[in-house]
Amino acid sequence: MTWKQLFISSVGKKVVMGLTGISLVAFLLVHAGLNACIWANDDGQMFNKAAHFMGSTVITRTLEIGLFIGIILHIVQGYMLAATNKAKRSIGYNVQLGNRGSKWYSRSMALLGSLILIFLAIHLSDFFIPSRITHAGLETPKFYDGDTTAYHDMYRLMINRFQDNILAVIIYIVGCIALAYHLFHGFQSAFRSLGVHNKKYNQLLTSLGYGYTVVVILAFIMMPLSIFFGWIS
Amino acid sequence: MNLTLKVWKQKNSATQGSFETYQVKNISSEMSFLEMFDVLNEQLIEEDKDPIAFDHDCREGICGMCSMYIDGRPHGPWSQNTTCQLHMRAYKDGDTIVVEPWRANAFPVLKDLIVDRQAFDRIIQAGGYISVNTGNAQDANNLPIEKAKADEAFASAACIGCGACVAACKNSSAMLFTSAKVTQLSLLPQGEPERKSRVLDMITQMDKEGFGACTNTGACEAVCPKGISISNIARLNKEYIRAGLIV
Repeated sequence: MTWKQLFISSVGKKVVMGLTGISLVAFLLVHAGLNACIWANDDGQMFNKAAHFMGSTVITRTLEIGLFIGIILHIVQGYMLAATNKAKRSIGYNVQLGNRGSKWYSRSMALLGSLILIFLAIHLSDFFIPSRITHAGLETPKFYDGDTTAYHDMYRLMINRFQDNILAVIIYIVGCIALAYHLFHGFQSAFRSLGVHNKKYNQLLTSLGYGYTVVVILAFIMMPLSIFFGWIS
Repeated sequence: MNLTLKVWKQKNSATQGSFETYQVKNISSEMSFLEMFDVLNEQLIEEDKDPIAFDHDCREGICGMCSMYIDGRPHGPWSQNTTCQLHMRAYKDGDTIVVEPWRANAFPVLKDLIVDRQAFDRIIQAGGYISVNTGNAQDANNLPIEKAKADEAFASAACIGCGACVAACKNSSAMLFTSAKVTQLSLLPQGEPERKSRVLDMITQMDKEGFGACTNTGACEAVCPKGISISNIARLNKEYIRAGLIV
């Protein structure tokens, strides 16, 4: 397989989807872990310091570039794959029993991906863009005892976003549910695309995928809920 | 039993087809699905109408010729079964059955329910073979093969190339077919010399024929009359990556 074939052959396209997908899965775990710092209930000290760390070291900023390249490749290749695959059957069936042998979410990865893309745009404009570009809502820096660093108060930004804002909470929950179904299929499918064919490992990876998805997604959903219902202050 | 059949009729690949409705009477539950079509065709010939063209050959479930998409499922409602081995006891009096050809741009309809599956032959020609020295065949026992590998290769070799996987796949992908052939040969010592070129050439041909890419939905495995596992596709991916990227 040449580098060109990696992007254009039917197997190569899936390799790109699988590799970028797994890197996004790894990213989500880090994202959920860092965000879980809000539950330290220390007025955001741990969370703000963690966010500051992620935005201020060369390694994390380099990984961030890799992450964006990965996301863009995953989106572009995903849409191209969906479009070419759809074009392979010009005349459809009159009767279609879609539920035989395949799950609805396995057949709807492009749709779920599109929902996630919309959610991602909202999410980036809520937190990433204020943090990195506009600094809207982050004008007052936060100082902690024994530390001269002026921290972005990302914690306050998060509280303000979800406190008394049921619509934002619903949007985030819907986004997370779309992501969950995308991962139910994507997690194990990524490994298959990369050539894991041993049934023993496939079963393990499928179970691991469900476990990972439930834990990570529940953690994400609990964040806006915790703020909305005042479980953290 | 008496049945209503809605069958795809299409004169040739250049014309557009449509569904025709037929009534068949006094069908025995002992008949096979294709025998029921034979009865209908005799009736149509007597009525001086055009009989329905459909593919069939061995009628024993091993040749891979029969190819009907019956009520939304290739080869009908029974699992791991070909159309010719589907029997009318699967139906009851008064049922309406919708029969369509395989739908994929790589399988153009030639007439009615017959599609052109030569794309599969060309994929095989691209790499689904082994090189054998001329002269007397050597003693088979000279090549020790691990039992588990032999069994797996045999399970993959069970593919009859009917195209149900393509018909069921939402992407019209021929990956289950291609992967079964690649797996079968890559597991055996006889397939070793062409191992790398085989997988690269077969995938190139598969893409050229206009089949889609696999998205691991599992629809192919669920309808395969020979129970070919989707694990074959993952093995194909491994073979492809190994041949193209790793060594």
